[in-house]
Amino acid sequence: MRRYPEKPQKVYYFGTCLVDMMYPEAGMAGIKLIQREGVKVIYPLRQTCCGQPAYNSGFPDEAKTVARKQIELFTENFPIVVPSGSCAGMMRHHYPKLFANDPDSERAINFSKNIYELSEFLVHVLDVKLEDRGDPINVTWHSSCHALREMRTTEDSKLLIRGLKNVNLIELQNETECCGFGGTFAIKQPAISAAMVKDKTDDIRQTGSARFISGDCGCMMNISGALQHDKVQIDGQHLAEFIWERINDNPSTG
Amino acid sequence: MTIHQQVDFDDNVSRALNDSQLIKNTKAAMGTLVAKRKAIFPDETEIEQLRTLGNALKQKALSKLPQLLEQLEEKCIQNGIKVHWAETTSEANHQVLDIMRSHGATSLVKGKSMVSEEMELNAFLQKNGIEALETDLGEFIIQLNHEKPTHIIVPAIHKNKDQISKIFHEKIPNTPYTEDVAELTAIARKILRKKFNEAEIGLSGVNFAVAETGTLCLVENEGNGRMCTTVPGVHIALMGLEKVVEKLEDLPPLLRLLTGSATGQLITTYVNMITTARKQGEKDGPKEVHLIILDNGRSQIFADPDRRQTLQCIRCGTCLSHCPVYNRIGGHAYGYTYPGPIGKILNPQVEGLKAAGVLATASSLCNSCEEVCPVKIQIPDLIRRIRNESYSKDPASTMEGHGYKRNLLETLTWKVWEKINTYPVINAVGLKILSVLGIKLPQIGPLKNWTRYRATPELAPKSLHELVKHHGVDHE
Repeated sequence: MRRYPEKPQKVYYFGTCLVDMMYPEAGMAGIKLIQREGVKVIYPLRQTCCGQPAYNSGFPDEAKTVARKQIELFTENFPIVVPSGSCAGMMRHHYPKLFANDPDSERAINFSKNIYELSEFLVHVLDVKLEDRGDPINVTWHSSCHALREMRTTEDSKLLIRGLKNVNLIELQNETECCGFGGTFAIKQPAISAAMVKDKTDDIRQTGSARFISGDCGCMMNISGALQHDKVQIDGQHLAEFIWERINDNPSTG
Repeated sequence: MTIHQQVDFDDNVSRALNDSQLIKNTKAAMGTLVAKRKAIFPDETEIEQLRTLGNALKQKALSKLPQLLEQLEEKCIQNGIKVHWAETTSEANHQVLDIMRSHGATSLVKGKSMVSEEMELNAFLQKNGIEALETDLGEFIIQLNHEKPTHIIVPAIHKNKDQISKIFHEKIPNTPYTEDVAELTAIARKILRKKFNEAEIGLSGVNFAVAETGTLCLVENEGNGRMCTTVPGVHIALMGLEKVVEKLEDLPPLLRLLTGSATGQLITTYVNMITTARKQGEKDGPKEVHLIILDNGRSQIFADPDRRQTLQCIRCGTCLSHCPVYNRIGGHAYGYTYPGPIGKILNPQVEGLKAAGVLATASSLCNSCEEVCPVKIQIPDLIRRIRNESYSKDPASTMEGHGYKRNLLETLTWKVWEKINTYPVINAVGLKILSVLGIKLPQIGPLKNWTRYRATPELAPKSLHELVKHHGVDHE
């Protein structure tokens, strides 16, 4: 298992492009969860995207240009917390490969060592204690493939949910199976992707949960989009936003 | 290299997705294989160590591949096995034919061999008036139905019992319809026994070839492999050149990984170790053993340091069983010998990108394959590499067909994407304009593929960048 540092005074926050554009409340909730522990959060405003869309689509040069810009922004040796298993996986595990044989190789490696997915940071570094103030609710959890198989932080996320006393976590059938998002995969192979997300939404419906929680907005956009398309009244919510809502009487982050 | 027409993958996929029986059979069978693998490898630490060992053993073998192949040849010759080298599938086919003709043989019994599928050997032999009979039960079933395997390990897994009953009844003369598994097996057994006794030549694949001793190792569960390699007077073994390992002592962990990953077995019912032909004074075994070693693009793969790991594959098929895409389209949709994740990286490298590069688009990069691969092939990384090569005009590229997919629209899209994400000001302004104007993303071009199955994504009225400033988060 990964060795975690002591609680730091300051952290960087990498919000991810999808959170920035579509789910800023989730990003903000992540920031507040860290600030709540007395840690200062720095959000470099020139940050954009981790580069994964181009990297996975066969355009590593373009991905590298964008990745280099991010590396240049996070200059101090602070932990970099990311509210996405997939983007965190890209920066932690793929940057060293992307920058192999590059003059910035060492810089990229050091950058990658500072990357933490949000829930692992809340659990292992900040050791958060959460007091649930919400009404009883049934939820299910969807794990992104990269949180599960690259960052390996799924158990941390579920631990946080289980720590909320009025929340009943109903395990999803076929939990470890991909929802069919896969970035441009959903565009390049729409029919296969649709078959995958259909099975995922069926499994979610089976749980009878009011909501599904995820740590990755790509999956959420895919699954919620499919649920909405089929007019199913189950909302998706990012883990950070869900937790923030549960532990506050006035949960607004906006 | 066999020249293939470009497979109409999209067409294959839509046909497969609409075949509910196929999907049901495939999913059920794969679920069983996944569960069996999990049961045989219950301890995560232990399987992780074993996979690391498997990876090291295959890497070691590949690191001295030319030398090991020479050693294998030398040992085989010493042991009385005749060795043939085939650069192409056509050469390999002719070598089989020549051996058969030299014996005046007109019939062949075959054990399961993916290399023979790669060679399209049965069709070639048929054209030359030779009957090749598949003796693995799954292969026997699909041969009756004129199909190709859908899975590396369980070739007829897309058929359920009822379908097999129907095939037997319709394709085997004078066979009454029965759904009784024991009866079905007995029908096949009766036919196969007769053929084993009659056939002049037996053919098999090779799971591992040991350079140190010249031993050909073959695993199987039905005994048909042992029959093919012992009853007929001549045995022909087919192997891809990546199947060589250095020492006999390398075999136990590799066998454990192979059978555990493939079928969830501790060991297969039969493990055949073939080192010589029948020696003087011995009462059984073939009088002549031939080993055909096929290249078919493998040495090209070997020459590239990143792509070389493709050759670590031990053909266990567990990446197929664990693949969410394979589970939903089955093996035939891929259109080439090797389906599933390994097929997505192997076929494009062997057949060329223009023919098979499209297979690399059929992955969500979920990493399930990499997680279970017994020899730790980084399949997702190789899929990315193939995607990249599909667009790459780099003259240094060694992949056939590289750059075939390059087009102005995609190149421009990713350039614009790069600029937007390199210059945050454009990003912020662009996003603001989009969010003020109508908030929804436009349903044009490739986005239509998204919205056909999903609601249109909505941009938030205020970006995280704006919220951060609003909340006074330190933003440097």
